[in-house]
Amino acid sequence: MFITRILHNDRGGQIMLAVLAVVLVLVPVLNLLVPEGNFLHMPTYLVTLLGKYLTYALLAIAVDLVWGYLGILSLGHGAFFALGGYAMGMYLMRQIGDRGVYGNPNLPDFMVFLNWKEMPWFWQGFDMFWFAMLMVLLVPGVLAFVFGWLAFRSRVTGVYLSIITQALTYALLLAFFRNEMGFGGNNGLTDFKDILGFSLQSDNTRMTLFVLSGLALAGGYLLCRFIINSKLGRIVVAIRDAESRTRFVGYRVEHYKVWVFMVSAMLAGVAGALYVPQVGIINPGEFSPLNSIEIVIWVAIGGRATLYGAVIGAILVNYAKTVFTGLMPESWIFMLGALFVLVTLYLPQGLAGLVQNLKDSRWFHKRVQA
Amino acid sequence: MSEGAHLRHTEAGQPDASHTAILYLEDLNVSFDGFKAINNLTLYIDKGELRCIIGPNGAGKTTMMDIITGKTRPDSGQAWFGQTVDLLKLSEPEIANAGIGRKFQKPTVFESHSVAENLELAMHGNKSVWYSLRARLSGEQQALIDETLQTIGLTDHYHQAAGALSHGQKQWLEIGMLLVQKPYLLLVDEPVAGMTHQEMERTAELLTSLAGKHSVVVVEHDMDFVRSIAHQVTVLHQGSVLAEGTMDEVQNDQRVIEVYLGE
Repeated sequence: MFITRILHNDRGGQIMLAVLAVVLVLVPVLNLLVPEGNFLHMPTYLVTLLGKYLTYALLAIAVDLVWGYLGILSLGHGAFFALGGYAMGMYLMRQIGDRGVYGNPNLPDFMVFLNWKEMPWFWQGFDMFWFAMLMVLLVPGVLAFVFGWLAFRSRVTGVYLSIITQALTYALLLAFFRNEMGFGGNNGLTDFKDILGFSLQSDNTRMTLFVLSGLALAGGYLLCRFIINSKLGRIVVAIRDAESRTRFVGYRVEHYKVWVFMVSAMLAGVAGALYVPQVGIINPGEFSPLNSIEIVIWVAIGGRATLYGAVIGAILVNYAKTVFTGLMPESWIFMLGALFVLVTLYLPQGLAGLVQNLKDSRWFHKRVQA
Repeated sequence: MSEGAHLRHTEAGQPDASHTAILYLEDLNVSFDGFKAINNLTLYIDKGELRCIIGPNGAGKTTMMDIITGKTRPDSGQAWFGQTVDLLKLSEPEIANAGIGRKFQKPTVFESHSVAENLELAMHGNKSVWYSLRARLSGEQQALIDETLQTIGLTDHYHQAAGALSHGQKQWLEIGMLLVQKPYLLLVDEPVAGMTHQEMERTAELLTSLAGKHSVVVVEHDMDFVRSIAHQVTVLHQGSVLAEGTMDEVQNDQRVIEVYLGE
């Protein structure tokens, strides 16, 4: 079968997807079927929290694809995530209709507040779900294409490229903060009511979003693994290891870089689109350069160039973040920094590499004794 | 399959070498920060020829290869591949696909890929992104890989990561990568650096057997090696051609003796 062929030789991925499948079955049972009050019952806020982690995991895979395999350290992937989120947010805003605070059936609240008389052109079409979903892919994809085309054709690499990606997300942060941009400025987009007619407050909708996030993660994982296993994947790794050699063998390195960068940006956009209805808000803070750096830390901690490591890293770090920002809000950023330093020094291959090393040494010991 | 059919996907077909020469370098000049690395260099390589290029360090040998393969652009001059392909207008991958293969001075193979995968990646054929996503090795390509591994003596290392090969083996793998690329012109930079005497002999055999079918340009420091393979030798000095001829002629040339073979 197609999937078994993709996952052939990918033990970590098999285990990760199996665990994901169990979670996707167990969580709905514990939340919807086990009655409230039973100690096995899973509260809905927890489902939503898990759903949020899953979208982060998808985002981490997107970053691992370009960083781990293509060797491009993007410190601006938060921008693609946020753009996907804004596209979804715009649809959700249009769904509010006349139920806003001002009760204007044609304009979202923030436009009424700004005294705008009509909707800007770029808000047209977002009342249609299919159009919004198309934009979730297209906007990050086109931005990645334009950015990648300019940067990779001029052969900008390494630290310089990383700095430009930071500048990209920072520029978008500043732009989206402006009220005149027409995306709700500082406050962003919020007060969402429903999606495709289903209330975002209902347990069923939240469960559906959770399951969809899980399926998107699994789909994104398989897509990336398919790319990595193909000849294209081998070329991508060749570019990472010996870029100019790859050119002399006859590959147009820029085309490959732009292509992979676009796929990655679109995956990040999908993650953002699933994230927004679950957290209920999207604001310019998502463009913060710090966010993009955090994503890279998840991948580094989980283990680069493994894909499943990125998933583990994203979920563990965010779980730790939830716990520690609850206990000691001030200390989290320091802990994250310390974690990053420790992993870089002692676990250059991340957690995935640690597991691999343990397995190898156990196997080695057994052989020595035999 | 007709000669050159594998280049179907590129803009260039077989180079038009109807006037015997396959590579024309004329009046090339390159300077780096005032240093003239290449100085009015004019050089012709014939179809099927095996040419050795020697010269002291800094004579411009590697810079010349950089110009031919598109890595460095000259300040002035002409570089043509056959009658029709203007090398100065093409990018590195375009030049590679037009049929010029290059082996680097420092062996560069794709270290985290297996030996066979290195050959797969270097193989001639469609190199576009979408094609690569769906590409599978055909029986013909698999046979070419097996045959090439046999030629370069790495059959036993089929699945081994290229990074784990010895220095000499990497040199051979890189030559193998050139072979599967099926170029018309091979540029080989110091192929025997770090090789044992035996390995050297086999390399000499291999390169000699390639000439005729391909044009081969070898840059080498090892004089014994050059003597064992070369028909024509070109001596470069300070970025231009100092002398050209057979090894004996060159060795007896007074100017060459002065600048290079002096002692």
